Amino acid sequence: MRMARFGLGSALVLIATLGGCAAVPPWERGTLAKPVMSVDPPTQEQQQKLRTYGAKEGGAAATGVGGGGCGCN
Amino acid sequence: MTLRFSWAALIGLAAIVPTPVAWSVASGEAAPACSAPLLDGGRTTNLADYRGKVVYLDFWASWCAPCRESFPFMNELQGELADTGLQIVAVSVDKTADEAQRFLARYPAKFTIVLDTKGACPAAFRLEGMPSSYIIDRTGAVRAVHVGFRGSDRAEIRRQLTEILNGGK
Repeated sequence: MRMARFGLGSALVLIATLGGCAAVPPWERGTLAKPVMSVDPPTQEQQQKLRTYGAKEGGAAATGVGGGGCGCN
Repeated sequence: MTLRFSWAALIGLAAIVPTPVAWSVASGEAAPACSAPLLDGGRTTNLADYRGKVVYLDFWASWCAPCRESFPFMNELQGELADTGLQIVAVSVDKTADEAQRFLARYPAKFTIVLDTKGACPAAFRLEGMPSSYIIDRTGAVRAVHVGFRGSDRAEIRRQLTEILNGGK
């Protein structure tokens, strides 16, 4: 009885969360293709952020490119 | 909370969970009614107006990458087969006419373009993907369905169209 109740509880939670999913019909997927929906920020903004980050870190290629950090490359 | 009530709740919730979209209109079925205004004018076009012609009905959008390849192909078809009774109707499912116009400026079309911002036509055909195209014969029956557009589809589409155009009906 207790197990049945636990199983039922889990199923309820699972289905309640599934309700948050929406089926987007193929012809409305243009909305998902808009620039604001992209995972990465716009290229220009990203470049500016990298530049600031590089300056703060005090070295060329502070973001992990080979030879960065000490300024000796 | 009794167990019985829980089951009722479970079934109730299951009913809310979105169900997958039904399968597309298939080959052999009658083409559903569909009307939309022409992109470059207010005149409404009905699919039924083209009864007696073989219709190549294509659903496209400005954000759809394979559509860029299908447009030159459809221009070719229009050039080759229009004389034999082919009518190409390309339905844009873009939300605004501007988006569609921008696409067409880069990928010009020599065939009929209609704009269905509400998505009534794609809903009626229950599209499974973008782009989708339907070959509809002279009696208004769907004879072939193509989901997506690959280079290898060209020969198949051309063959089907030629066969239906020559096969009377």
